[in-house]
Amino acid sequence: MIFRPAAAFAAFALLAPLASAHEYTLGDLTIDHPMSFATAATARTGAGYVVITNTGETDDRLLAARADFPRVEVHEIVEVDDVMSMQHLESGLVIPAGETVTLQPGGSHVMLMGLSAPFEVGDEIPITLVFEQAGEIEVMFNVEARAGAEEMDHSEMDHGEMDHSDMNHDNSETEVSQ
Amino acid sequence: MIKLASSFAAFTLAAAPALAQDQFADCRASTVGAAQIGGPFELVDDTGATVTDADVITGPTLVYFGYTFCPDVCPLDAARNALAVDFLAEAGHDGVTPVFITIDPARDTVEIMRDFADVMHEDMIGLTGTDEQVKAAATAYRAFYRAHRSGDEFYLVDHSSFTYLMLPEIGFVEFFRSGASADEVAEATACYLDAL
Ligand SMILES: [Cu+2]
Repeated sequence: MIFRPAAAFAAFALLAPLASAHEYTLGDLTIDHPMSFATAATARTGAGYVVITNTGETDDRLLAARADFPRVEVHEIVEVDDVMSMQHLESGLVIPAGETVTLQPGGSHVMLMGLSAPFEVGDEIPITLVFEQAGEIEVMFNVEARAGAEEMDHSEMDHGEMDHSDMNHDNSETEVSQ
Repeated sequence: MIKLASSFAAFTLAAAPALAQDQFADCRASTVGAAQIGGPFELVDDTGATVTDADVITGPTLVYFGYTFCPDVCPLDAARNALAVDFLAEAGHDGVTPVFITIDPARDTVEIMRDFADVMHEDMIGLTGTDEQVKAAATAYRAFYRAHRSGDEFYLVDHSSFTYLMLPEIGFVEFFRSGASADEVAEATACYLDAL
């Protein structure tokens, strides 16, 4: 099930993306800004992104994710000579003690497969994150517009003031250990 | 992302032969280029019509191979190319067309390609085709793909993630990796267009 708040909130979120950032705490873990991107009408997949900080002294592990879709997996992008492949992290994603792991485009994501409806800006997608140490928690992934895609062109954002550096297109390596 | 040791050396793009007079010499990022990337293809456009490379590459074109079941790298690169096209238009280079060719024709129908392309950019062309048509096009561009057929509808496909800058009559002039920013793609593309 996807929660679709009032349109007024969606419009506000689009104009002020930071206002939609939200944070959860689970044991030693801080789970920040869970989000996903709006999709095409016929899209059958979506990806969930989130920032997880382990403030404890013991490594934890994102073992799996659950949501109301036919298949949900934690994926990592692996690149070999410019060939990209998505790989299911069957033993989970390590969240090292004292470190922050960012699930972000080009790095790792929660893969949501078999969508029956597209994701629209302002939707909130409940996903349960399952950790080895901290246990599990349901968090809401907010659907945001993808910069560069058409949603932006129809918004009231001023292209001239768009921050080109905010595109997640840097080559920064996700801190992942297996 | 995780980068692993080389094993797909065949997909390393070949160095271009030295040209007596290279009008684009100042634009090339390196000596890496290729004379043998691109060429004729026959695919199906987002109206269901069969089209050739001559129908599609009528102006400067950014060609990408991917698949819409991929929610991460493919839309990231497609949106990057769309944004680069907008930056180019703002800089006075109108009419650069982003093209997205699926390497997963079994699932990427004409309708799905049309929806995907429309969401990315009003000018984006989404192309699919038969297995044979897609294979021929990917081979011409040296784009690699390999489906992990799992027997269900959720299979994943490994694929190269280059974007190729193609110019009518001239053909291939440059490629961009997945990690390049929209600014970098736009700037490099503008250099080639200014040198025309
Ligand atoms: Cu995935």
